[in-house]
Amino acid sequence: MNLEINSSRPSARRLWTNRVATAGMAVAVALALIPVGLILYYITKNGLAAMSWGFLTEPTPFTFRRPGGGFLNGLIGTAIMVALATAASVPLGILAAIYLEEYGKRGWLAQLVRFFSDVMTGVPSVFVGLFVYTAFVLPFGFGAIMGAGALAIIMLPIVIRSAEEMLKLVPLELKHASFALGASKSQTVLRVVLPSALPGITTGVLLAVARAAGETAPLILTALGSLKVTTALIGEPISALPLLIFDGARNPFAAGQERAWAGALELLALVLIFTLLARIVAARSKISR
Amino acid sequence: MNPSSTSSTREREETGLPMVPEAAEPVEEHKTSTSAVFTIRDLSVYYGGNIALKDVSLDIRPREITAIIGPSGCGKSTFIRCLNRMNDLIPGATVTGEVLYHGQNIYAPDVDPVAVRRRIGMVFQRPNPFPKSVYDNIAFGPRINGFKGNLDELVENSLRAAALWEEVKDKLKKSALNLSGGQQQRLCIARAIAVEPDVILMDEPASALDPIATVRIEDLMQELKKQYAIIIVTHNMQQAARVSERTAFLYTEVDEETSNRWGILVEHGETGLIFTRPKDKRTEDYVSGRFG
Ligand SMILES: Nc1ncnc2c1ncn2[C@@H]1O[C@H](COP(=O)(O)OP(=O)(O)O)[C@@H](O)[C@H]1O
Ligand SMILES: [Mg+2]
Repeated sequence: MNLEINSSRPSARRLWTNRVATAGMAVAVALALIPVGLILYYITKNGLAAMSWGFLTEPTPFTFRRPGGGFLNGLIGTAIMVALATAASVPLGILAAIYLEEYGKRGWLAQLVRFFSDVMTGVPSVFVGLFVYTAFVLPFGFGAIMGAGALAIIMLPIVIRSAEEMLKLVPLELKHASFALGASKSQTVLRVVLPSALPGITTGVLLAVARAAGETAPLILTALGSLKVTTALIGEPISALPLLIFDGARNPFAAGQERAWAGALELLALVLIFTLLARIVAARSKISR
Repeated sequence: MNPSSTSSTREREETGLPMVPEAAEPVEEHKTSTSAVFTIRDLSVYYGGNIALKDVSLDIRPREITAIIGPSGCGKSTFIRCLNRMNDLIPGATVTGEVLYHGQNIYAPDVDPVAVRRRIGMVFQRPNPFPKSVYDNIAFGPRINGFKGNLDELVENSLRAAALWEEVKDKLKKSALNLSGGQQQRLCIARAIAVEPDVILMDEPASALDPIATVRIEDLMQELKKQYAIIIVTHNMQQAARVSERTAFLYTEVDEETSNRWGILVEHGETGLIFTRPKDKRTEDYVSGRFG
């Protein structure tokens, strides 16, 4: 065997293959980032131009033509419905994930739950809206609860599957350490497995919240939309930021379109701030290194 | 645990063992050296129907270090996991035979494995601290066991007993994952001590550590054996010779026809004798490095 250093220098061919592959990947990354960059650019540019204090604190005017006003009605509606949907879907989703990963495992019930949450992830959100509309809105009327219910149904499978993946990643050694100290199964799950998976579960929850905050179609069928600022949970329609963005953007008047841009920026900022906050909280709750 | 169940008394008579004092408490000095902590009889383990360990019978004495040696895959980990019912956690694992802990069969149907593990601590091959603070790692066991006393004191004493206190007393609130491998392993020992067991099982506790950390663990074991029975699995014969009073040699038997393999206990006895005057040819070959 020839072990001289010279002989192990990469061949010219290999160097070139390496360069071409690196360049190819760089181009692919750039291409993938272009749409994201453009979206952020246009929303920020047009949104900032239309943004004002009034926009944040006033409700939507009665005609698209009238300038001024804002999306306060939608902001409150989105806050209420997303909060309710999160409060319902996150604990339920995490409990379901714990069941799947720690108790049900490969049993038939667990497989069934897994199958349906996979199917639900793929169901177009408008179907969820239609379901809630037929089952609950027709008898009880539009309202925040209906919208929150639809959003919760959309969030639930995302929370379940992402939490399950995170629970799966908790090393077996940690569970064994806990059992070897005389911990029961439930103590191990609650005090070792769940805390270890929490940062990852937070990420999944954020994904679900962001998705719910941006949903439009199911809310048309459940919250309907409203120009009034309301905090009623039931009995009257309520607005949401995506609904107002949708309405504003599809009408021909400049004032309405400007509000839609500002609303898009508001929604983007909201999701961003929420994500940052949750990350900080998650990082805080972990111990200092 | 209450060791005086009628079934265990009967079982002991069947095995023809001398009666041992029926007490889970460490027994008085003058008798202890002969009364066994563990009396293991005809212990076999199957994984999904395949036999992995066959008919092991062995006594473990208090305040001694017992080393389990043998080639890789011969069933050392399988054996030691039987002693605190960790094999219960492996799907498909079945255990037959008896493991009498102070006279009580820990595999009796009325025995709660969780209670067994509270009395019999375990340290694993790879240090496995929880991703929590040093303090919370040690306090974990006492907390889940409903400890009511002074937790700070217990944490400090456990860390002192594991010769780790001086190194971590200023970082009790810091993550245990920041400690070095050797410190993490001593933390795991401290964590096991904190639940006040009377046996500590160690499955190759130093195999992931550097030589200096290994020496510290070995020194620590010499301290701990004053209070606890220690059973250590090691594939390092020098380590077994250095630290243990008694040694058990496990070896893989192969069925020529089916090529099934399982571990058996070839011989056990005083460490000095096992290494200098083994009775069995296979032990002699193994300890003189002819195979394994
Ligand atoms: N969880 C398990 N499932 C199935 N077989 C196992 C399992 N653990 C160990 N075994 C088998 O049992 C035998 C003994 O393994 P082990 O006790 O880990 O040996 P050692 O610790 O001496 O290296 C090996 O053949 C191994 O493949
Ligand atoms: Mg092993």
